[in-house]
Amino acid sequence: MQVDPFGAREIFVGFANFAQLLGSPDYRQSVFFTLWFTVIQAVVTIALALLFAFATDFVIRGRGLYKSVILMPYAIAPVISGVLWAFLFNPAVGPLAQFIQSLGIPWDPNRRPFDAQLLVIVASVWKHICYDYIFLVAALLAVPQSLLEAAKLDGARPVRRFFTISLPLVTPTIFFLMVMNVVYGLFETFGIIDAVTRGGPAGATNTLVYKVYQDGFVQLNLGSSAAQSVILMIIAILFTVLQFRALERRVNYQV
Amino acid sequence: MIERNLGLTIFCHAVLLLGAAAVCLPLYFAFVAGSLTLQEVQQTPFPWVPGTHFLDNIATAWNQGNFSRLYINSLIVTVGIVVGKLTISLIAAFAITYFRFPFRMTAFWLIFVSLMLPVEVRIIPTYEAVADAAGPLRWFADITGISWLVGSVTGYQLEAALQWNMVNTYSGLILPLIASASATFLFRQFFLTVPEELCEAARLDGAGPVKFFLDILLPLSRANIAALSIILFIYGWNQYLWPLLFTTDAEMQTAILGLKHLVPVSDAEPAWNIAMSAAFFVMLPPAVIILLMQRWFTKGLVDSGK
Repeated sequence: MQVDPFGAREIFVGFANFAQLLGSPDYRQSVFFTLWFTVIQAVVTIALALLFAFATDFVIRGRGLYKSVILMPYAIAPVISGVLWAFLFNPAVGPLAQFIQSLGIPWDPNRRPFDAQLLVIVASVWKHICYDYIFLVAALLAVPQSLLEAAKLDGARPVRRFFTISLPLVTPTIFFLMVMNVVYGLFETFGIIDAVTRGGPAGATNTLVYKVYQDGFVQLNLGSSAAQSVILMIIAILFTVLQFRALERRVNYQV
Repeated sequence: MIERNLGLTIFCHAVLLLGAAAVCLPLYFAFVAGSLTLQEVQQTPFPWVPGTHFLDNIATAWNQGNFSRLYINSLIVTVGIVVGKLTISLIAAFAITYFRFPFRMTAFWLIFVSLMLPVEVRIIPTYEAVADAAGPLRWFADITGISWLVGSVTGYQLEAALQWNMVNTYSGLILPLIASASATFLFRQFFLTVPEELCEAARLDGAGPVKFFLDILLPLSRANIAALSIILFIYGWNQYLWPLLFTTDAEMQTAILGLKHLVPVSDAEPAWNIAMSAAFFVMLPPAVIILLMQRWFTKGLVDSGK
């Protein structure tokens, strides 16, 4: 559908919106950025969460305190997380940005696309580690003690035990979390992007969801925005199916 | 399992301390920034020690952002979402678990499909539907000729009467977010574990379905309800995209949106001290809930992920 500027007429245009979309360099840039942003964010988040979960499982003293602190970001809205990081790395007043600049590295997320992308990734990872962490700590607790003790009697050291026993047993959880991370990266980072970069500079951090909002509600190109929604919906359905496959595997492994 | 491995213990503590520091660092700097004056916040290098104006800044932010109103809005919307989601999913789960009715599987799959459609994906259709909730009725009246009939008999314009716009209302903010497939599935899973005998015993004692639901199922699922409400509270409080689209009136915005408006944009006066102090009271309610009810919250999250 195409709505004329006065909203008086609607014309059915068939697949023209889709054709236009797939042909536009803006959209391709957005797809490309969304893809690598999501993948990097998902991998970094789960790696760090796994490290923290392993450490939490190992230490005895202060475990509760560490857990409470690492869980904190869950309470913080994506937008607020975005605002916090936008402040830290604000080229004019941000403390960390000043630190980076004092090292002689140029830093300005408002102008340099790569800086902006990095900042968005850091803010999203910071916000999401807690989620993966909760699940991994729970999964590691559920690893049968008898297996670990048997391995210990056989002389396996803690790191070895982690990699040969715990890790394979929590793989289904990791798989599930990977899917959840990707879903988070695709859909829930809207607030972070809006707070940190507003899709800029020059569309460098325009994820697919942010583009739907930008095109539809800011530039009022409802036709194109709706076509993008349909594409997003297909992606969402794909991931829900994947998620359920992941759940099935979780049940089968009895973790 | 008692085991001494000093090196690894130190390493683990170091990792966790680093992680905790990474979590706290932005919050600490936000606190420092929130306690400075406008001049102090712009100095280089940025101070490490908090200033003395935290409460002043909070007061300024509170008044400047009209947060007395926004806070109440946020509370109403959040409580609405929590109560609405719980009610709907409890009733829906009760229906699909305990009753055999025609199209039961259809209903089940419809709920299942809605799992695939987060708000972010369906913003345009949802906006259309809620901004013009009476649209389908009007269309129906138009197609069937009712509006023509009413119009010619009474001279009354049915189209004009059938207008229902929920933009800038609480129901508009709450209703589209209420339907929750994951909560329905959580309760369904739980109801499936309730022993069949309970249901039979209740029936033998002459309890109808409603009594069974209220007096047996609800008390049994108290733990799940508590755990889920925490998660839903955080979810509701932190909603951003939908209120952003759906409120044009400053009086109807939520606290998160209010905070966003306080954040300085590139060319404005960099009043980060005000924005940062505001960030603290905006994230206070969910943070308090997480700290106080951590056990419930962990349970709720891990369960609802299953």
